[in-house]
Amino acid sequence: MTSQKAELKAAARIISGNEACAWGARYARVQVISAYPITPQTTIVERLSDFVESGEMDAEYIRVESEHSVMASLIGASYNGVRTYSATSGQGLAYMHEMLHWAAGSRLPIVMGVAMRGMAPPWNIWADNQDVMAARDTGWMIFFAATHQEVFDTTIQMYKICENTNVFLPAFVCLEGFVMSHTEMPVYMPDQELVDDFLPEIPKNGWPHFFLDPDRPITHGNLQNPGGPAISPDCWYYEYRYLIQKAMENAKQVIIDVAEEFKKKFGFYHGDLIEKYRCDDTEVALVSIGSLADQAKVAVDIMRESGYKVGAVKLRCYKPFPTEQFQELANRIRVFPVMERSMAFGLTGGIASVDLKAVLNQHPNHPFILPVIAGVGGRDVRVEDQIEVLKAAVEMAETNEIKTNVILSGMHQKEEC
Amino acid sequence: MVNLRDLVKDPVAGEEYFLKGNSSCAGCGGEVAFRWIMKALGKRTIVVAPASCFNVTIGLYPRAGPTIPYLNMAFAAGAAACSGIVAGLAARKKLDPSLEDINVLCFAGDGGTIDIGIQGLSGAAERETDFIYICYDNEAYMNTGTQRSGGTPFGAWTTTTPTGKKQHKKNVPMIMAAHGIPYVATASTGYPLDLYKKVLKAKSIKGTKYIHVLAPCAPGWRFPTELSIEVGRKAVQTGMWVLYEIDHGEMALTGPSKYLIKKESRKPIEEYLNLQGRYKNVTPEDIKILQEWIDKQWSDLKNWIATQVS
Amino acid sequence: MPEKKYWKWKEIENHASIDDLPPVPLSLPNYGSMGATGDWRTFCPVINKAKCNQCYFCWMYCPEAVIEIDEEGYPEIDLEYCKGCLICVHECPKKAIEQVREEKEQVESE
Repeated sequence: MTSQKAELKAAARIISGNEACAWGARYARVQVISAYPITPQTTIVERLSDFVESGEMDAEYIRVESEHSVMASLIGASYNGVRTYSATSGQGLAYMHEMLHWAAGSRLPIVMGVAMRGMAPPWNIWADNQDVMAARDTGWMIFFAATHQEVFDTTIQMYKICENTNVFLPAFVCLEGFVMSHTEMPVYMPDQELVDDFLPEIPKNGWPHFFLDPDRPITHGNLQNPGGPAISPDCWYYEYRYLIQKAMENAKQVIIDVAEEFKKKFGFYHGDLIEKYRCDDTEVALVSIGSLADQAKVAVDIMRESGYKVGAVKLRCYKPFPTEQFQELANRIRVFPVMERSMAFGLTGGIASVDLKAVLNQHPNHPFILPVIAGVGGRDVRVEDQIEVLKAAVEMAETNEIKTNVILSGMHQKEEC
Repeated sequence: MVNLRDLVKDPVAGEEYFLKGNSSCAGCGGEVAFRWIMKALGKRTIVVAPASCFNVTIGLYPRAGPTIPYLNMAFAAGAAACSGIVAGLAARKKLDPSLEDINVLCFAGDGGTIDIGIQGLSGAAERETDFIYICYDNEAYMNTGTQRSGGTPFGAWTTTTPTGKKQHKKNVPMIMAAHGIPYVATASTGYPLDLYKKVLKAKSIKGTKYIHVLAPCAPGWRFPTELSIEVGRKAVQTGMWVLYEIDHGEMALTGPSKYLIKKESRKPIEEYLNLQGRYKNVTPEDIKILQEWIDKQWSDLKNWIATQVS
Repeated sequence: MPEKKYWKWKEIENHASIDDLPPVPLSLPNYGSMGATGDWRTFCPVINKAKCNQCYFCWMYCPEAVIEIDEEGYPEIDLEYCKGCLICVHECPKKAIEQVREEKEQVESE
C-alpha cells in the first residue's frame, strides 16, 4: 500500500451515499447551492446546509420553493460563471424537466446529484431508474455510481469534465434511493489541496462562452427561425442544438482522461465510461447499473467457482453512451443480459437495454441483448437473482436458442415471454 | 420634481438602453415602460425576461435591442432565475471584492407574473431576494395573440373569452404587499415619470421590490397606436387603475390618483372603455359590475390609508 | 447621429459553418435589430420647429426612442427607425407635430 493510500485509510469516514454527495460538493468548493427537499435526497441538502451554516463551506445557499426553481436558480447562478450544485429525485426531477433542457442548451456546467426513486403514482420512494432515464435526451451527461466512494469521487471528477472547454455540459451523478443514499460505507477523502489542484480554477468574470458583465452586454435566447443554408444566414438553431451532440462526443475522451488522472492522483478508479469485470475470456457479460453492478461481481465470482465463464460490465456513464466500448466487447461477448430498474413502455425490456440494442444493432457478430427488468421501486435484487439471469444467458449462448425476450426478475407472476 | 430638460442631458437617464429599430409593435406600451425603467436603473443592470412579448421584441439573432445583459428565460422561471443570479453575484463578489453592485431586474408580463410565474415570485419574495420585479401588464397573453390571463379585467374581449371575461382581475400588488416586502408600487405608461421615480426609489431599497405597470397594447386592446399613452392616462383618471406605493408598509397614492379618492373627481369609466375595441360589446350590466369593482378597490385603499398610523 | 460602439464578441455575424459557432448563441446590441423599421410607417410625423416649445414630451413618450435632441434643443425624429405610431403627434401640447401620409420622397428627403 502506498503511503498516500495508508494516509487515506486513516481518514476514512463512514457515511451514507447522500453524505458522500454533500462531501463531494464541499471538496469541489461549490459556490452556489439550491435546495429543495424530496425523499430520498433530503439528507444531501441537509448536510450541505450544515456545512454552510457552520462556516465549514463557503457557499451561497438558496432555499427555493420548488424543484423547477432549483434548476432556474442554478441556471441564473451558473450564468455568472460560478460552480453550482443541487440534488433531486423522482417527481422533483420530472418537475424541473423543462429547465433541464434550458441548462444543457445554455451549456452550463451544473452538477446534480440524483437519489433515484420510482415515479408516482403510486408513491414509491425507493431505488428505481425511471426518473433519470426520462431525462436522458435533455443533453445532460448521466453517471451512475455503484459505491459510496464512487459517489464522492465522481462528484469531484464531474466538475473537471463539465468545465472542460470542449464540453460545457451539465451532468447527473446518480445513486439509488435508500440502497445507496441511506446505507453507510467507508469513504476515503483526500486533502483539500489535492482536490484544488486537480480541479480547474473558477473563472473570475464568467465562463468563456457565457458571462454577465455590464461592460460586455449580451442578449441570450433570441428567437431563431428555422432558416437554412439557402434561406437565411442568421438562423442557426439546428446547428447550435447539434453542438450539444458534438460536446457529448468530445466528453467521451475527457471522461477517460479524467478517470486516469484521478487514479494517478488519488489512487481510486471506478472505470471510465464502463467498468469491466472478468470479461476477457467470456461470451456472457451481465450489464447493470449502480449497486447492482457492484453486486454482480459477487454473482460472477460465484458462477466462476461453479465453472461458468461469465463477466460483468458496470454501465458507469450512460450519456455519452459507451458505444465504442460496447462494440469492442461485442467482438467476443455473444449475450449481454442487461439488468436495470426501469421499463421502456411500448418497447421490450428496460430503457438501457433498448439503447444497447440500438448501439449494437449493426455489429457484425449480432450479439443478443437480454433485457432484465429487476428491482423496480426498490424491490430487492439478490445475488441469486443475478445468478439465475446469468445462467439463462449462458444457456442461450450455448444452445443458440432465444428462450425469452425479456426476464421480469422478481415479479410476483412471471409471464411466459 | 423631475424636470425633462434635465433628464434629457442626464448621463444615466439621457441614455437609451433599448435600441431603436427593434421588433416591438408601433406604440408598444411595454416598450415605454421598459425605456423609463432602464433610464432609472442605468447600465449596471442584468435583466431576466421570462417568456412574454419582451422575448420577441428584442430583435432577431444575432442582433438585439438591449444594451445591458438581457436573459430570456423560461416562462415560470423568472423570479427563481433572479434569485440564482443574485446568489451568483454574491459568490463572485467574495472572490473579487472590487465587483461593483449590479441591479437585477425581472421584467415579466402579466401571464408570467400573475399566472404561471406567481409561485416563483412568491418564493423569491419570501426569501427576501434582493432584486426588482416589474410586471408590465398588458392584461392578456399578448405574445401568443391575446388570450386571457389572470390580469385580464372583467368584460374584456380576448380570443379565449370572446364574450368577455367573466372574472375580475387578480390583484397581484396586494398579494405582494401581503408578503411584507419593503416596496410595492403600481404605475402606468400614461405617466412615465411617475414610473421613473418609483424605480429610482426601488433601486435604493434592499430586499424584494415589486412594481406593477399598466402597459396598454394597441393591437391587443384594439385602439389606434397614437392613443397608447392616452389610454394609460385614462385608466388612471377614471379610477380603473390606481397609482400608489407601499413603502415599508406605508401606503400612499401618487400622481393623479392622489386627487381621485372622491368618486365625483374620477372621470366616468366609459371614457376609458370607449377608446378600446376589446370593450366594444360590453353591456350596461357589465359596466355596473366593473364600476362596483372599481369602487370597492378605492374604498379598500381609503380604509388602509385612514387606519394607518403615519 | 453618431453610432455607439458596442462590444463585438467574435465575428458572430459571419458564420460559414457549424465549426465557426461559439457554444451558445449570444446576440449583441445593435441599432435596427429588426432592420430599418422606418418602412413600417403609413404616416410620418413631421415636427414644426416654429410651434415647438421644447417641452420634450415627445421625447418622453416615444416608445422607440427615435427622438433625439439636436444642438439647438429641438427634438429630431430618426425616420430610418420611426415606426409611425404617432404618439408624438397626439401628445404634443402645442400641436407642433403633424402626421403626413408616407410618400416615397418623404423618406428619402429626410
